[in-house]
Amino acid sequence: MVETFKKYSDAILMLVFIAAVLAGPVILEPVGAGYPDLLQKFAIYGIFALGFNILLGLTGYLSFGHAAFLGVGSYTTVWAFKLLSMNPLPALVFSVLTAGLFSLLIGWISLRRTGIYFSILTLAFAQMCYNLAYSVLTPITNGETGLQLSQSDPRILDTAFGRDYGAVLPSSDLFGIEMTGYPGFYFCGVLLIICFYIALRIFRSPFGLMLQGVKSNQNRMNYTGLNTRPYALAAFVISGMYAGLAGGLLAVTDPLAGAERMQWTASGEVVLMTILGGAGTLLGPVIGAGVIKYAENIFSAFNEGTLLSAFSFLPETLQHIAVSVTGLFVGEGWHLTLGVLFMVIVIFLPGGLMEGVNRIINLFRRSTGGGGEGSAQAAPQPAE
Amino acid sequence: MIKRNISRRGLMKGAAVAGVGLAAPQFFIRGAYAYTNEPKGGSVILGFNVPQTGAYADEGADELRAYQLAVEHLNGEGDGGMLNTFSSKALKGNGILGKKVEFVTGDTQTKSDAARASAKRMIEKDGAVMITGGSSSGVAIAVQGLCQDAGVIFMAGLTHSNDTTGKDKRANGFRHFFNTEMSGAALGPVLKNAYGTDRKAYHLTADYTWGWSQEGSIKKYTEQMGWETVAAVRTPLGAGDFSQYITPVLNSGADVLVLNHYGKDMVNSLTQAVQFGLRDKQVNGKDFAIIVPLYSRLMAQGAGENVKGILGSTNWHWSLQDEGSVAFVKSFGQKYGFPPSQAAHTCYCQALLYADAAERAGTFMPSEVGKALEGFTFDGLGNGPTEYRAADHQCFKDVLVVRGKENPTSNYDLLEVVEVTPRAQVEYPAEMLGGELGPYNNGA
Repeated sequence: MVETFKKYSDAILMLVFIAAVLAGPVILEPVGAGYPDLLQKFAIYGIFALGFNILLGLTGYLSFGHAAFLGVGSYTTVWAFKLLSMNPLPALVFSVLTAGLFSLLIGWISLRRTGIYFSILTLAFAQMCYNLAYSVLTPITNGETGLQLSQSDPRILDTAFGRDYGAVLPSSDLFGIEMTGYPGFYFCGVLLIICFYIALRIFRSPFGLMLQGVKSNQNRMNYTGLNTRPYALAAFVISGMYAGLAGGLLAVTDPLAGAERMQWTASGEVVLMTILGGAGTLLGPVIGAGVIKYAENIFSAFNEGTLLSAFSFLPETLQHIAVSVTGLFVGEGWHLTLGVLFMVIVIFLPGGLMEGVNRIINLFRRSTGGGGEGSAQAAPQPAE
Repeated sequence: MIKRNISRRGLMKGAAVAGVGLAAPQFFIRGAYAYTNEPKGGSVILGFNVPQTGAYADEGADELRAYQLAVEHLNGEGDGGMLNTFSSKALKGNGILGKKVEFVTGDTQTKSDAARASAKRMIEKDGAVMITGGSSSGVAIAVQGLCQDAGVIFMAGLTHSNDTTGKDKRANGFRHFFNTEMSGAALGPVLKNAYGTDRKAYHLTADYTWGWSQEGSIKKYTEQMGWETVAAVRTPLGAGDFSQYITPVLNSGADVLVLNHYGKDMVNSLTQAVQFGLRDKQVNGKDFAIIVPLYSRLMAQGAGENVKGILGSTNWHWSLQDEGSVAFVKSFGQKYGFPPSQAAHTCYCQALLYADAAERAGTFMPSEVGKALEGFTFDGLGNGPTEYRAADHQCFKDVLVVRGKENPTSNYDLLEVVEVTPRAQVEYPAEMLGGELGPYNNGA
């Protein structure tokens, strides 16, 4: 039983993941997150964090500049919409390719250093991209206002195929299926599943093992006569392409690209997502992305009125005390909630939420006497 | 052991079918509405999307206070504020079209992405029929585009860039606040009277759309009356330290410094310019002058002493003595204990104007509400007679030119109104700024 479980564990993981993504709207409805925009964000930032995890979780390189690739992906997609067609497929292909090119360039330079120097280099490059997009390259990026579609865009392919959007602003559609609302979510969801599968294959491949070798001791790898830099660069480019895809999807579901997508806070966010969920684990980053996006969108929306009605069962004085205390953590104080959560997790579960899940599973196995010592995996390494 | 009887493929198919099946009903819910989020029950939901964190959090907090006050007044609670002085008497204090007004709030973080995510939540999850707010032009334009796509009305809050109702205007979007073009037109004559026609100006400009647009309009109107622009230097947004930009001003031969900055940037650059002794200098035989084209009381509070005698323009100021302003300041002061800012005022007005338009139109349908707002002329909201121009959905009204007070009596009494520039002087043809409104979108 245990043997078969282990043999098929990846397949089961994949199936559970597919089911969870497809049934997302239903599962997340009770917690107030079952509306298309947030679901799309879950899927998109899930892809972003998955890609980031290929770099951080496998090679241990902490990049502080991944938002740059997210932004590049978004700009490319909007330009593809403007120039070529409102179909998301060519736009996404271009996004992934452009983000790949950017990451090749930035990675090639930054990977000459390791540790904190690498982080600072990537941060510097991302900040450079942000400033370029914000002001210097305004003709291309439309600066602070952000790049938007307009009625007068050429859209060469659409015109060639005789599609006319009339006087209204076009929205992206996949051969007639509009990429907003639930269809948009399922489009992102399917891509998330594909990306998850690719990440799974990378984790299990010899290439993945090599990357883990880079993480545990790069010097020893070098002493065996192996040049590790191409491996690290490949991981960097792959994670950059994931980020480009995520950025492209952001623009597909909502055709706008703004410079603040490239800001260092956005780079920090994906680091938080990955560490919160569990760096080096497969599911962790996706869960971490979900938790952060949930806090950002739902906690920030609680205002005094909502709290008053939530605590209406209490007597009036208690109600006001409860509201004033919890009020610190919701609404404009949602950053505080996230900070506390992050601290608690880093202190008590250094391997992220996935470590918590594993601990519960192990506890369960031990009490039933099933799994035994062999299946208790070592706790995932925290980020370096 | 039983597990083995289920084939992998079968389980996969089953899961996929179940997932799609469970989600399918959601696709068909939307069809029942004549327009996006048509209110069916006894209440109507408005979305207040303001910056609660980040550089403009002060403005955002004040905007939210104003919205809550507006909701109270619309629902017939409190003293009614400007509802009593508003020239249109359609609203009766029983909500809008008999429906009680409820609201949802969200944090824009002064980022387009966060603002759009927050607005989408309001539209998709909470069922908001109108979105309002914003304390930066980039955010306002981004959310305006979203509301156009989603088919709800957007009532812009504090946004001063020309583009909001110029290059990037949308049929579903409306702005009560003024813009950089009007600031320039209003300031021009006052500057001429105060500083003469032979001046050399040096610009420090926040390096983004709003800054450029502000710099452009001040240049345009000052050069018309004979001023010379010595240099226009771009400073990065949120620079903090402006000393490296201010030192060259001293040696440039300029005798006027124009600070095209807003928010904390303006507080910092102005404070540093004054500390460098610019205002005590004499250049070309004239006293050195500093100008801040867009003023707000919150900024004046931040800069403290340094604003004394410095000229700028503003949309509204609480010390105005017309009936509407007095009523608004009174009810805002009673509820919160201090006077409202111009951001609060414009947001309060926008909420009232939307409610009134819906009431007059007899529906919340965006196209009908929009038509009720187009060309609408009104009075009693603190700015004198005002018109929502049909061609670009921009309000036209008098613009205030203000100066930092020499002897402030309180922490709030920092600005004095120098001149009220009449509407005719700040009006421009709608085609001048480009862009097109396009048709209204009612959504689903």
